[in-house]
Amino acid sequence: MEINIEKISELARLNLKPEEKHKLAQDLGAILEYVKKLDVLDTKDVEPTSHVLNMENVFRADEAKPTDAARKALQHAPETEGSFFKVPKVVQR
Amino acid sequence: MQYEPVIGLEVHVQLKTKSKLFCSCATMFGAEGNRNTCPVCLGWPGSLPVLNEVALKLGIRVGLALNCKVAERLKFDRKNYFYPDLPKAYQISQFDMPVNGRGWLDVETKGGQAPFSEEKKKVPVPFITKRIGITRAHLEEDAGKLLHEGIADGSLVDYNRGGIPLLEIVSEPDIRSPQEAYDYLTALKAILQYIEVSDCDMEKGSLRCDANVSVRPVGQEKFGTKVEIKNLNSFKMVQKAIQYEITRQTEAIGDGETIVQETRLWNDAKGTTFSMRSKEEAHDYRYFPEPDLVPFTLSRETVEEIRKTLPELPLERAKRFIKEYGISEYDAYVLTQERKLAEYFEACLKGQILGKEDLSLSAKLASNWIQTELLAMLNAKNIAIEDCSISPQALAGLIRLVEQGTLSGKTAKDVLQEMAATGKAAEVIVKEKGLTQVSDTGLIEKAVEKAIAANPTAVAEFKAGKQKALGALVGAVMKETGGKANPKVLNEILLKNLSK
Repeated sequence: MEINIEKISELARLNLKPEEKHKLAQDLGAILEYVKKLDVLDTKDVEPTSHVLNMENVFRADEAKPTDAARKALQHAPETEGSFFKVPKVVQR
Repeated sequence: MQYEPVIGLEVHVQLKTKSKLFCSCATMFGAEGNRNTCPVCLGWPGSLPVLNEVALKLGIRVGLALNCKVAERLKFDRKNYFYPDLPKAYQISQFDMPVNGRGWLDVETKGGQAPFSEEKKKVPVPFITKRIGITRAHLEEDAGKLLHEGIADGSLVDYNRGGIPLLEIVSEPDIRSPQEAYDYLTALKAILQYIEVSDCDMEKGSLRCDANVSVRPVGQEKFGTKVEIKNLNSFKMVQKAIQYEITRQTEAIGDGETIVQETRLWNDAKGTTFSMRSKEEAHDYRYFPEPDLVPFTLSRETVEEIRKTLPELPLERAKRFIKEYGISEYDAYVLTQERKLAEYFEACLKGQILGKEDLSLSAKLASNWIQTELLAMLNAKNIAIEDCSISPQALAGLIRLVEQGTLSGKTAKDVLQEMAATGKAAEVIVKEKGLTQVSDTGLIEKAVEKAIAANPTAVAEFKAGKQKALGALVGAVMKETGGKANPKVLNEILLKNLSK
């Protein structure tokens, strides 16, 4: 199966060397080829599975609880300013 | 060639919960940067999101108020993109199984017409009810906030907003003018406030709107290429940006240009939209089911229970006001736009006296007093109706004095100001200042005789058929009585004496 490795690596923000691109395209193609075997099955009347666990309706009550996560996260961030994370300048999306 | 715009709106509304959509962080506005974060909303490995039940119920509430088909099965999906406002590099949203499917919203609009009729300047053009389709309304988490201002060498990130529950309400491309877009947003906001699902405060980001705009030759069915406009911080801005965009696209096509599908930002200072020209990034969000969340099934009983708790909605209320109180369509519309204002009006009406005998006259008085005097006063001081220092009962007290003929309309306006300033009841102020209107015919009779004697020219003019001359005589009587003469009694006596 044809894999557009340029687009996929761009979307995944991965800088691949030319030889890596070739190998990954082959690997991904082989995976798709393998999964394609499923196409022989007639799934017309089968509801798509979105989750493998036989479980549904798991809720949380609406209660606010403080955590100390931010302090720890900021300690480990490459760069911070005050209580903010600092990242390279980004253009407005 | 004539072109017509095709407009669709995407509204993000923050659902009023105590905690975030998938974790227990507080949603409170104005906290210190990153204070309201935890391993889940910071996207730490191994953390698991769990759905906030209240957020789902509020989302269903909106769906029901917008006549949407509420899903029997729903699930969440990951929308993938890289941007520093998303710590996980994906946003949990809903793709193909949203909580709310198709619905509609009836909007009272003037469809871009002038607000008042041409011949009779003061008569408002009647509203047309336009049904705008709702494509869907789905749940999703908000992203963090990036701060760029005043930072030369980078951007600061605050994840307090990350994970806040939002409902994205997508309209069908049914809107045909900037005015209609404005009216749709106003109607939508009114409903969201009535059903108490959100603060709808655009300044705090709890209500946001993006507009999709395209133009096509009139009569053509196929849509033109659409442009998405972002950075719209008020309904007025939405209206202005759409108007600008319609003109820009129509002119571009007229010049033989092709419209490119793109995202444009509104620059309010310049009054223009401009292309974001972000590098040609592929817009491929690669949605897939969120494996960390199980699917949900909604029983019809749950949905019906939520439906039962819906209050009377603005448009229903406006129609009831017209029917029950006999007020005009325009007044009913203005009074019902805000739930608190509508409640104020009804509470005030209950406190008046004429209510029993002549409800429509009483309602008209209350409506006028609230719209012209009270709202003008509150707007000037930027006070919300719920924070108004004059209670509806107190205003009813004042209107009662007008209804009884104790106060003239003009004096009553002064009393209202005094009520706002001192917090005193109308009756008390009237007593203290001796403002009671003079309805004593004897007193007025004397003043009228005096006025007629002192103004022979006006009398002669009036008798010659010049109606305007009456004004001078009325003025003279008012001066004599210190402005307290009951205008109705005064008029009667004056006319009687003049016809002698």
